[in-house]
Amino acid sequence: MTEILSSIGYAEWILHALIWLPILGMGLVLWADEERAKHVAFWWSAGVFVLSLGMWWAFDPGSGVMQMESVAPWIPGWGISYALGVDGISLFMVLLTTLITPLAILGSFEYIRKRERAFYALMLLLEAGVVGVFVATDVFLFYVFFELTLVPMYFIVGIWGGERRIYAAIKFFLYTAFGSLLMLVGILFLFFKAKTALGVPTFALADLLQVPLTGTEQLWLFAAFALAFSVKIPLFPLHTWLPDAHVEAPTPGSVVLAAVLLKMGTYGFLRFLLPLFPVAAQHPTVVLVMMTLAVVGIIFTAWVAAVQPDAKKLVAYTSVAHMGFVVLGIFALTVNGLQGGLVVMISHGISTGALFLLLGMLYERRHTRKIEDFGGIGRVAPLLTTAFIITALASIGLPGTSGFVGEFLALLGAFETHPVLAGIAATGVIFAAYYMLPMVQKVFFNKLDRAENIEVHDLTRRELVILTPLLALMILIGWHPTPLLERMEPSVQVILDRVESASADLEISALPTDTIQAEAVPAVGGDE
Amino acid sequence: MFLTLSMLAVQGGVEADQVAGSFEPFFPALVVLLPLLGFVLNGLLALSHAKRSAAAVRAGGELQLDGPGGRPSTHTLPTWIGPGVMLGAFAITVVNFVRMLGAHLEHPVVISYWHWISTSTFTVDAALQLDQLSMIMMMIITGVGFLIHVFSVGYMKDDTGYPRYFAYLNLFVFFMLVLVMGASYPLMFVGWEGVGLCSYLLIGYWFSDREKADAGKKAFIVNRIGDVGFLIAMFLLFATFGTLDFLDIFAGAEDALVYGGGAVTAIALFFLVGAAGKSAQIPLYIWLPDAMAGPTPVSALIHAATMVTAGVYLVARSSVIFALSPVGSAAVAGVGVLTALFAATIALTQNDIKKVLAYSTVSQLGYMFLGVGVGAYAAGVFHLMTRAFFKALLFLGSGAVIHSMHEALHHTHSHADAQDMRNMGGLKKYLPITWITMWIATLAIAGIWPFAGFFSKDEIIWQTAAFGGAANAPYPFLYTIYWILALAAAMLTAFYMTRLMVMTFHGSNRTGEEERKYLHKAPAVMWIPLAVLAVLSIFGGWINVPEAIRTSFLGLGGALPMSEWLHHWLEPLTAQAHHIQEVHLGELAHSAPVGGGEVAWAVASTLAALAVVIATVVLVGGREVETADKDAAPTGFGKVLYNKWYVDEAYDAVVVRPLGKASRFSWRVIDQGIIDGMVNAVGYLARGFGWFGSLFQTGSVNTYAFVLSLGVLFTLASFLF
Repeated sequence: MTEILSSIGYAEWILHALIWLPILGMGLVLWADEERAKHVAFWWSAGVFVLSLGMWWAFDPGSGVMQMESVAPWIPGWGISYALGVDGISLFMVLLTTLITPLAILGSFEYIRKRERAFYALMLLLEAGVVGVFVATDVFLFYVFFELTLVPMYFIVGIWGGERRIYAAIKFFLYTAFGSLLMLVGILFLFFKAKTALGVPTFALADLLQVPLTGTEQLWLFAAFALAFSVKIPLFPLHTWLPDAHVEAPTPGSVVLAAVLLKMGTYGFLRFLLPLFPVAAQHPTVVLVMMTLAVVGIIFTAWVAAVQPDAKKLVAYTSVAHMGFVVLGIFALTVNGLQGGLVVMISHGISTGALFLLLGMLYERRHTRKIEDFGGIGRVAPLLTTAFIITALASIGLPGTSGFVGEFLALLGAFETHPVLAGIAATGVIFAAYYMLPMVQKVFFNKLDRAENIEVHDLTRRELVILTPLLALMILIGWHPTPLLERMEPSVQVILDRVESASADLEISALPTDTIQAEAVPAVGGDE
Repeated sequence: MFLTLSMLAVQGGVEADQVAGSFEPFFPALVVLLPLLGFVLNGLLALSHAKRSAAAVRAGGELQLDGPGGRPSTHTLPTWIGPGVMLGAFAITVVNFVRMLGAHLEHPVVISYWHWISTSTFTVDAALQLDQLSMIMMMIITGVGFLIHVFSVGYMKDDTGYPRYFAYLNLFVFFMLVLVMGASYPLMFVGWEGVGLCSYLLIGYWFSDREKADAGKKAFIVNRIGDVGFLIAMFLLFATFGTLDFLDIFAGAEDALVYGGGAVTAIALFFLVGAAGKSAQIPLYIWLPDAMAGPTPVSALIHAATMVTAGVYLVARSSVIFALSPVGSAAVAGVGVLTALFAATIALTQNDIKKVLAYSTVSQLGYMFLGVGVGAYAAGVFHLMTRAFFKALLFLGSGAVIHSMHEALHHTHSHADAQDMRNMGGLKKYLPITWITMWIATLAIAGIWPFAGFFSKDEIIWQTAAFGGAANAPYPFLYTIYWILALAAAMLTAFYMTRLMVMTFHGSNRTGEEERKYLHKAPAVMWIPLAVLAVLSIFGGWINVPEAIRTSFLGLGGALPMSEWLHHWLEPLTAQAHHIQEVHLGELAHSAPVGGGEVAWAVASTLAALAVVIATVVLVGGREVETADKDAAPTGFGKVLYNKWYVDEAYDAVVVRPLGKASRFSWRVIDQGIIDGMVNAVGYLARGFGWFGSLFQTGSVNTYAFVLSLGVLFTLASFLF
């Protein structure tokens, strides 16, 4: 496989292809007939996915640096270039995006009934934007893609959404745009710093990493970037746009939002925050704040999820809890924590994506998302019920599914540095059962006592095609995550090395040094 | 890739870490994979069957199993697949067991198949561990499991979800085997939560019934509370050892952990939380009585013979850790003996036959905890084994009774409760084999010589006394209390079990004139498993007769060829823990706290239990029992016991409802009110600014000119000053 790929120069063009093919597909969709648009979009994005699979083999698992790189000057005067590359962190995000997009498109066939061409064109634009975010190695280019993803999502929610779609779309747009504006300021500051320090204008991430920054500067820049990413994740308490956006978004919008858009936030943490501002990122107070917010998010949103009458809103809140595990793992600053966080990102993308797809399927049958309107669905739709239960179990982290591997590693890694917080976070597994099982029971179990529910039909072949790969991945990753972990590890190591090497000058004047009090490492190994 | 993995698995693994002695594992992976295969096949059959069933429901009816064309193949195939894979797994286990018997295995054999989770600082393999402990557990799980699968064929015959039932049951066995065969804590945790899942699915098997679905959900959530304890214990272990493999941890335990230190105590206590959840101990026992909502064979397999003993297995497996923590061990024993007594008091007044057995299960599990808590790991496992026989027998027997009752009541469309013992009575005439076999199990559980329970229970109680009387015992007084409580609970056991037997099988029949005609005896697929278990309940105890008892008349005056076989069998695994104990506690006592040796107390306790049994037969048998609809509600203390000390109500008031309130508060007040309120306020503020600004957009050139000139003046002024 590797030989075939290198003979066609796969590594040189694949990243460009993954950005520009969806945009080309956009043109094709707009050009096609209204009723053919969805088929064009699906087959085109499926083709893109097949093409992207080659990255699995073209990628060198032993290396932690950027691969398949390609750079072209864009605005040379400002040192802006069109620079792409993948490492062990972005590889899986890209594959997740190319996998989820065709499935989400296939999941829209019944749901989207108006202005179909425009819808599918926007879905493809969204794919291009998200892939761009994950492969950009130029900070300016990253920012462009980061903002670009807002536009299609805004229209997807605003045009094809539910009743309060305008409120939700504007809230989503303002929340995230506000966050990223501060990041733009930070990026410009970095740019001017780099210009002075290096003598040339540059936005290349590799160059910006060389810029010497004082502790105080790092702290402010960290805050600016962290705000932008935390809104995206979303980290408690910046999460209130998410439930509204999810509830109003059409099914495919929710799927892409949960499965890949949220990952842009935690990806930003790994790609920019930690490497660019390592001193700030490992400051005990900063770490404590971030981890505490993550833990509060895990518990708090689980509670809130448990009392939602709307199934979709429930799942939306659980996203906040899951992403809390990612942030917890990342700020553990240990190999296990970071790797666990990454696996949670992948697993959450698969399982929550599948949950939204399944809820969409239920909505198409019953035209309601209210949990109490259902009951006894298990008797009339056994396949759908089975798929939902497997997905729900993966979502709440049952061992043998992908959810467990990620949460376990993230907690293990967090426990190495912050045992108390990790211990509290571990109670999240109880609350996961507390929000998920009652919903499963009220929808699929109990009496089949409503006439409308008796009419609910089981999965169609199209729906089986959507769900099967996701279900298979949940189980496969649950039992054999090592191929993922070994490809991530070198890149994770690069980040951690950078953080570690910066730990020597751990002084930030903005913060009184006596606040440096990491939690005591547990008295295990006890010599008492 | 997966194909090669499964190839590896079937070949019995390639790299055995340590192959000691001459023990050659015989396809051990097949023991795990056969039930998994059964699950996959039965699961596919279940799905294809469910489609037909759904069509029938949509057409406004129920699927008729014996319609034209007879039973669908989706119903006949599981009969062969379900028990068949179990028989295969049992056969392979027996081969391995026989090989291990002849091998004098000193070190466990670990067979690694693939790296499950692997980073540079943490690796755990998908690896199976074969040793004396896992082998005993495998024998119980596949052996008793097979019998219960066979019994289910008869019990579930007319259930429309038959293939789904066997799919779940096979999946359960798969996870249970992973639990006991996994070579590391994380793999054990896979089985641990996996059996919890199957328990959830099987308790709520009749999921259309809200009460049953509720019971399943409760079991899962309460179990997860325990699972958090297990998780944290694992994290602590990893922080100490950098690995979670059994062999590495136990080998390094004595160097890395200080006897009685904070770390080992924390690990032991968190494991206890996990064990209490899975094995239904105080304060997490509340799910088990509700779990009786599942089909009765499920209660026998999961909630009596196997899954609920996982906590005991955990402590026995971690014997080194618990031996290093006297506080942890005392807590295990304390929780155990309190649970044994507490659950026994509730069992005294229950009228639902399965509820009595459920509380009895909780109580017996308490004994096992007591056993492993006083360092008698072999005795704990011994009771685990004997109880698997007689408790499975009791549940299956009650299943035969309920099956018969149910059908009788069904014929007359009576709404009387088929599980209420007040509606039974005199059933020995109709279910003779069930009657005899259940009496055997009752005498066994009551601890009457020579039945299995006598030896195992007596050894636990004796070891409690011996441990408390050890030269340097940490809290001798505490163990004296434990010992007294354990004796008391044994007497209660004899009472409530005899009461159950008398109310169910003796006296006059209360089922009703018409219904009585339809009471039938159990079919062969149901009574044969009962008979096999009855034989095991009689003789199962003789494999581990204590040396002191062997030479006395209780052990037939030394006629037995061996004593303490199980003890010796487990020796390679428990030796380290016993060594630690010996170093720190000194020699165990040879007499009870109030004097008297092992044999004397064994005789006393069996005589006392026998006296209770006889007295109960006379007392309860002489009383006229009213049927459920006429019986007066209990009053006074009986009412407290009947209502299970109101523990469920207390939990509801202290935990469940406050959590619900906190959740609603979090949503309505904090999330929607404060956080989102602030966000919206920012939005309105921005809009307000916009509106304020728009006031100046009058379109009037005069206003613009005026403001412009003001600005210019202001700018100029700022230059001047």
